[in-house]
Amino acid sequence: MSQKYRLDNVGYIDREKAISFKFNGKKYFGYQGDTLASALLANGIHLVGRSFKYHRPRGFIGAGTEEPNAKVQLYKDAKTEPNALATEIELVEGLVAQSQNCWPSVNFDIGAINNLLNKFFPAGFYYKTFMWPKNFWYKIYEPIIRKAAGLGVAPLKPDPDRYEHKFEHCDILIVGSGPSGLSSALAAAKNGARVILAEDKPRFGGSLLTDEVTIGNKKGKDWADDTISQLKSMPNVIVKRRSQVFGYYDHNMMVMLEKTKDHIDNPNKFIPRQKLWYIRAKEVLISTGSIERPLVFGNNDRPGIMLASAAKEYMKVYGVLIGKKPIIFTNNDSAYDCAIEFKKNGVDPLILDIRKNSDSSSVKEAKNLNINIKFSYGIANTNGYLRVKSATIGKLNGDKSGYENLENIPCDCICVSGNWTPTVHLSSQSGNRLKFDENINAFIPDKSRQNETTIGSASGKFNLKQSLEDGFNKGYEISKKITGNDIKNSPPTSNERTYKDHDKFWCMPLPKNKHYKRFVDFQNDVSVSDIELAVREGFRSIEHVKRYTTLGMATDQGKTSNLNGLQLVSNIENKIVPDVGHTTFRPPYTPITIGSIVGREVGKHYRPTRKSPMHSWHEKNNAVFVDAGLWLRPRYYKQGNENLLEASKREAANVRNNVGICDVTSLGKIDIKGSDSAEFLNRVYTNSWMKLPVGKTRYGVMLREDGIVYDDGTTTRISENHFHMTTTTAQAVNILAHLEYYLQVVWPELDVNVLSTTEQWAGAALAGPNSRDLLSKLFPNTDVSNENIPFMGFKEEDLYGVPARIFRISFSGELAYEINVESGYGIFMWEKIMELGKEINIEPYGTEALSTLRIEMGHVAGSEIDGRTIASDLSLDGMLSKKKDFIGKRSLNRKAFLSTDREKIVGVVPLDRKTMIPEGSHLVKDNNAALPNPKLGHISASCWSVEYNNPFSLAILKEGKKRIGEKLYALSPLKNISIPVEIVSSHYVDPKGERVRS
Amino acid sequence: MLEIKCPYCGKRSQNEFSYGGDANVKRPALGKEVSDKEWDNFVYLRKNPRGNHSELWHHVAGCRKWFKVSRDTLTHEIYNTEKLNEEF
Repeated sequence: MSQKYRLDNVGYIDREKAISFKFNGKKYFGYQGDTLASALLANGIHLVGRSFKYHRPRGFIGAGTEEPNAKVQLYKDAKTEPNALATEIELVEGLVAQSQNCWPSVNFDIGAINNLLNKFFPAGFYYKTFMWPKNFWYKIYEPIIRKAAGLGVAPLKPDPDRYEHKFEHCDILIVGSGPSGLSSALAAAKNGARVILAEDKPRFGGSLLTDEVTIGNKKGKDWADDTISQLKSMPNVIVKRRSQVFGYYDHNMMVMLEKTKDHIDNPNKFIPRQKLWYIRAKEVLISTGSIERPLVFGNNDRPGIMLASAAKEYMKVYGVLIGKKPIIFTNNDSAYDCAIEFKKNGVDPLILDIRKNSDSSSVKEAKNLNINIKFSYGIANTNGYLRVKSATIGKLNGDKSGYENLENIPCDCICVSGNWTPTVHLSSQSGNRLKFDENINAFIPDKSRQNETTIGSASGKFNLKQSLEDGFNKGYEISKKITGNDIKNSPPTSNERTYKDHDKFWCMPLPKNKHYKRFVDFQNDVSVSDIELAVREGFRSIEHVKRYTTLGMATDQGKTSNLNGLQLVSNIENKIVPDVGHTTFRPPYTPITIGSIVGREVGKHYRPTRKSPMHSWHEKNNAVFVDAGLWLRPRYYKQGNENLLEASKREAANVRNNVGICDVTSLGKIDIKGSDSAEFLNRVYTNSWMKLPVGKTRYGVMLREDGIVYDDGTTTRISENHFHMTTTTAQAVNILAHLEYYLQVVWPELDVNVLSTTEQWAGAALAGPNSRDLLSKLFPNTDVSNENIPFMGFKEEDLYGVPARIFRISFSGELAYEINVESGYGIFMWEKIMELGKEINIEPYGTEALSTLRIEMGHVAGSEIDGRTIASDLSLDGMLSKKKDFIGKRSLNRKAFLSTDREKIVGVVPLDRKTMIPEGSHLVKDNNAALPNPKLGHISASCWSVEYNNPFSLAILKEGKKRIGEKLYALSPLKNISIPVEIVSSHYVDPKGERVRS
Repeated sequence: MLEIKCPYCGKRSQNEFSYGGDANVKRPALGKEVSDKEWDNFVYLRKNPRGNHSELWHHVAGCRKWFKVSRDTLTHEIYNTEKLNEEF
């Protein structure tokens, strides 16, 4: 259980609770409160992965979200997760992690051959190399690159975890719980604002966890803890940790990912793994702090080389020494804190400072502790393959272009600090144009475009006093603006070390004739020479340099590398950084799981399922369902071992010969009322509606303004100013919006109201020559004769005590009725029909038989009304009124619509009268013609005609009816078949329409 | 996601609404003689301004009312929302 690098009595971990975990197959121990990173470091492990391109051994650079290297694969099978950041994974019993991007192991990785071949992998390698020969791309290059690409391995099984979405509103969202975040939260909350405070780490406090400071006579960490408990006790405050606000969207919509499960031992299975919060905040206070920048020098990527702030965090928070022979390499004062911390824990560090001198209090303190400091020194190179072993250091010459001397110093870790970069991602995402701050050599937020304010070190204010004051003031001012309250508190006094200016020098020169790799972007292996090459090759825009070299394009989004890259380009080009500009910051700030985005909308929760009131009956009677938009409709009712075709033939034949019943509840229904209703219908339908008598139904076609057919259906005049419209299932929602548009926007003077009643009515179609007999049994007191209820007639009658509407309309082309009752009576109606129809052998039929019946009748549906056809293409010319104007009429004069060779509807039968023609097949004259074979039309719908007992299809064919009698071929390249066919009329059955009127 | 103030219901998130295009498009009166060009303008041609755009939105998952929104196409800032019979 020995953890060689663990300190006694330092840190916020619980040494009473040891936790075992596995890394690369080996068992280790850590403590409750560790991250995977701190536990590995406590065991002396730095090497965690291999770099992306050269497969170089890599260790930890950071201690949080900024980490570019330490990406691991977690767990196995369905639970496996690639690219997890070891610095963010909290240790739990049984954790299993594996290094990525290495084979056979992280210690010996075959892919490291790329490192030796690095001369062949310069920037833009892919663009330059795989250009020729052209046909090599698909067969050879692309598959190999694809195999080598990517870091971790995606799970192949469905995610077993649950993810939640949560919606929240607040006055002020505060991102980050460092000194400025805490003080602003306190000020705003005391002034009555509804506050959400979000912290991405498991512990609140930010820099207060690691800095030797006092606030109001308390240690920084204690002040943070007290402030958090105070905030938690206030009813107007929500405090969240493990919660990363990763995206700033329009109108102050903030999105935050809360980790709710992975850190818990043996979690309750009902706990969601993560929660995605959508927070609409009136104001956002960004207190995201800053990230230390690495210094760049030869082989600066070896395991053991880390940010000084991270080394300090491992000591202070986790009680872990990252090494026992440290070199601290810095261009500023803040890294001295790290050196002092080492010294206090009994380790002698060597400080190399690029600057000539500094007299800040931290430097003085280091000197008083007898820490060895070498000013004007730099690191030229490092040695050690799997872990840094020594550094080649030297005194920098006057203009820092080279070294006066070089010597080799043994070490087991190097802590670097190239000053601090404010974390401006969220403000930049909000549309804030950043400005360059010369003093800190970094970008800071400028003018807000949305309601956001950046405070503390994220705005470049690097000392504690400023941060606390900034937080208190902004928290007070902004809450006052929102709540109108005026309760002001003054910020507490504070005490800290003082820091002086940093040296802007950060990229070490190479000793003469040496070509060490100096890495800028660790995750994507972008080195100084790659960026120099890109500029030399003419890439000027920083966005182009980024894409050519892949600088900042990895999953860490360049948190540690962006600014160094910009500085490098500006140095090479002799420009100042603001002239080079910066690349765009895009959400998410850190990678998020796909599961969290999807939330609960998985599987059948992906979208709502609509079921008719008769659904349970269909289920009990072996219905096989099909999705029709959101609706589940019976496709056929299976008997014995029937397949789809056999069942649909049986059901359709029963309609043609006897009587069938079909659930038509899903059809769109719109109730239309008002004194101008008839006039309105007259405008939206192509045919005439003014003279439709009460108690009659009419078929109507609607166009879009561009003349294309939009939808069709029937509308019934229930009383003088009351109509009942039906639409297709697919267009029901769109047609309602369409009608509302014309009533509200275009013709507001019309007195008409429309309302969807699709859900209010249950519908059953009775179709077949025996349907009238059945109707007479259902309504024994009603005269059901052809005279009393003629074709297109309508009656309101009593169905055994239930009010019912009878429409004599037909989609099947047979004598047919549709009966509607209020939804609650749907199952009563259906069962009554089945009960009374039993003696005449009524059978239910599904959508497949319904399609068969309409196809052989030549009735058009969605496959013909496909957004490309006009009324005359569908033989609906007769529906176009010449006497009145209607929506889309003016477009019908367009040249293309008047052309004589338009594709129009016809019927198609195979010459052998046996082969079903696949829908979507192309119709061609010559099946052996050279490709591309000129297409004359396509098959829109196919069925097995029960009337003629052979296959029949509808097609949209050039010149339409003129081709009746012609022999063509139906080609389906997908199924590799060619079928000789004959063109016939689309009205295959009962062309005169006698049956519906019988 | 935008936050849009429906003049009937108040502020709601964008996912309750659907977009309806330029609010200044006027449909030619029914029965009126319209030149090909005029009709083409009405059916197909829309301005695509950078900046303030007056447009229609439909509160489909709410009160089902169409209304006017004055929105900056560059910044998404919404200056005003009005009922159809009101002036901006």
